[in-house]
Amino acid sequence: MNRAFAKILAAAAFAGLVLFAAAPASAQKLVTSVSTHRVLVNSSFTGAELVVFGTIEDAANAQIGKYDVVVTVRGPTRSYITRQKGRVVGLWVNTSSREFTRVPSYLAVLSNRPIRELGEPDFLRRNRIGLTNHVFAQQIGSDVADVTPNDPFRAAFLRVREAEGAYISDPSGVTFVTPRLFRATVQILGTALTGDYEVETLLISNGTVLAKQQTAFEVVKTGFEAFVAVESRRHALYYGITVAILAIVAGFIASLLFRR
Amino acid sequence: MPIYLPIADLPINIFLILGLGAAVGFISGMFGVGGGFLMTPLLILIGIPPAIAVSTVPTHMAASSFSGTLSYWQKKLVDQSLAFILLGGSLVGTWLGVWFFSVLRRMGQLDLFIAIAYIVLLSGVGAMLSFESIRAIIRSWRGTPPVLRRPGTHAWFHGLPLKLRFRQSRIYVSAIPVVVIGLAIGFLGAILGVGGGFLLVPALIYLLRVPTTVAVASSMFITLMTMLLATVLQAAQNHTVDAVLGLTLMVGGVIGAQFGSRAGQAIRAEQLRFLLGLLILGVAARVASDLIHAPVELFSIIPVERLR
Repeated sequence: MNRAFAKILAAAAFAGLVLFAAAPASAQKLVTSVSTHRVLVNSSFTGAELVVFGTIEDAANAQIGKYDVVVTVRGPTRSYITRQKGRVVGLWVNTSSREFTRVPSYLAVLSNRPIRELGEPDFLRRNRIGLTNHVFAQQIGSDVADVTPNDPFRAAFLRVREAEGAYISDPSGVTFVTPRLFRATVQILGTALTGDYEVETLLISNGTVLAKQQTAFEVVKTGFEAFVAVESRRHALYYGITVAILAIVAGFIASLLFRR
Repeated sequence: MPIYLPIADLPINIFLILGLGAAVGFISGMFGVGGGFLMTPLLILIGIPPAIAVSTVPTHMAASSFSGTLSYWQKKLVDQSLAFILLGGSLVGTWLGVWFFSVLRRMGQLDLFIAIAYIVLLSGVGAMLSFESIRAIIRSWRGTPPVLRRPGTHAWFHGLPLKLRFRQSRIYVSAIPVVVIGLAIGFLGAILGVGGGFLLVPALIYLLRVPTTVAVASSMFITLMTMLLATVLQAAQNHTVDAVLGLTLMVGGVIGAQFGSRAGQAIRAEQLRFLLGLLILGVAARVASDLIHAPVELFSIIPVERLR
C-alpha cells in the first residue's frame, strides 16, 4: 500500500519535472534524424557522408525564418600529445609538450551562419557552441583542466586538427530547405575512429537556445577488417605467429616464382 | 585504388604501398640490409602512425630477407656459426636497448636522441663506406689488384682468447668481438627501430674482414631471424602489427628483393659498397635537414597510445 503510493508520488514528481523542464521550449519543437545509424568500415572504406535532417515545429508560427541551427558531431574521445618545436643550439627540437586528455577524435560544428553572429560570446561559451568553445581538457601536472581559449597549445591543437580534417567548422554547413526543414551534411574521414558519434542539434534564436535534440550513429568495422582487428587482440600471439608464417610463405613463393 | 588498413585504422592507396615495398625490397636484396632505416620513415611520411609503422616493417623485412636468405643459403654464402654467435649477442643487446629506450622516454628527450643517433651513425657509416669504396674503385681502375686481405694488419682484438675459425668468412678470430658486435647491433636496432643490417654489414666487412658477399648473406640471415621474432613480439605485446599493411608491403618487397639480390650479385663488390654508402649518407642528410630547417608548423599532435 505504502509502496504503491510512493510509486504514484514519484511518477507524479517525474511528470512535473518533465513538464517544467520542457516548459521554456514548449513553443518550438525540434525533430532530427540521421541518414544512417551505422557507418560500416570495410576494405574499401575511404570515409563517409551522412545527412542530418531536422524539422522545426513551431506552434506560434511567428518566428519562422528567424531560427538558427547548430549541428555538433562528436566522435569517440582520445588523448593527444601536442608538442612544440623550438630552436636549441641551432637545431629544431621538441621543447615542450601538453597532453589533451579525452578530447573528441572527431568534432564537426555545422551552422547556417557564422557562430559569432549567433549570440553573445558568453552565451556561446556557456552552451559550448562552436569549435573554440568546446572543452579541451589538458593534463597539467596531476590536474585536468581547460585553459583560456588563446592559450598557444590549445589554439595550435585546434589549428592542426582542423588542417587534418578531423575538426570541422562550417558556417554554411546547415541549409534550410524550407523555413521549417533543414539539412546538414557530415563528412567522416577514412581515418575516423570506430565507436559512437553523437549528434547534437541546437535551435537558437535571439541568443537563447529554444530546443535541443540528440541522436547518434556508430562507426563499426565489418567483415575481414573486423576479423583482423578482433583477432589481433584476442589471440595476439597466434596472430603474430600467423603473420610471421605468412612472411616466410611470401618470401618462399617469390623465390619459387623467380627461380631460373 | 584505396585499401583500408584494419589496425592502422585508415585507408591508403594500395599501389603506393606495393611500390614502396618493391623499392625498399630491391635495396634490401641488393645490399643485404633489412631496409627498416628507409621503410619506417617512409611509412610515417605517408601517414601511417609511428607505432604501427615500427612494428609492421619487420613483417616486410622478414619476407624480403627470407627470399634473399634462401638464395644465399643455396649458394652456401651464409656463415652459420658466425651468424648464430652474432644472433646471440644481438638478442641480449635488443633487450638492453628496449630498457634504455624506456629510460630515455622518461627523460622526455627520446626524439632528439634518436635523430642525433641516426645522423651520427648514418653519416659515419655512410662516409666510411663511400670513401673506402672510392679508393677501391680507383685502385681497380688503375689496374692494381684489389687488396682483399692485408697480411700483418692485426687489430688489437685479434689477441683475445676463445678463438674460432669461421670457414665461409675465411677468418680466425676470437668470439668476444663477434658477440660485442651482435650486442651493439641489437642495442642500436632496438633504440632506432631498425633491423641494424646497415650497421652489421660494414662492421663485418671492416672490423672482422669478412668478404662482402658472405657479410651480406650472413647479415640477411640475421635480419630474417630478428625480424620474425620482432613480428611475433610486437603482435603479442603491443597489438600494433597491421597484417593487411604487412602483406601488401611483402608482395612488393619479395619481388623487389629478388631483382635486388640479382643486381647485387652482378655489381662489383666495391661499387655495391659505394652505392650503399651514398644511400646511407642520403638518409642522414634527410634527417639532419629536418633538424636544421625551421618547420612550417611548430606544433605536432600524436595520439596517446590506447590504454591496454
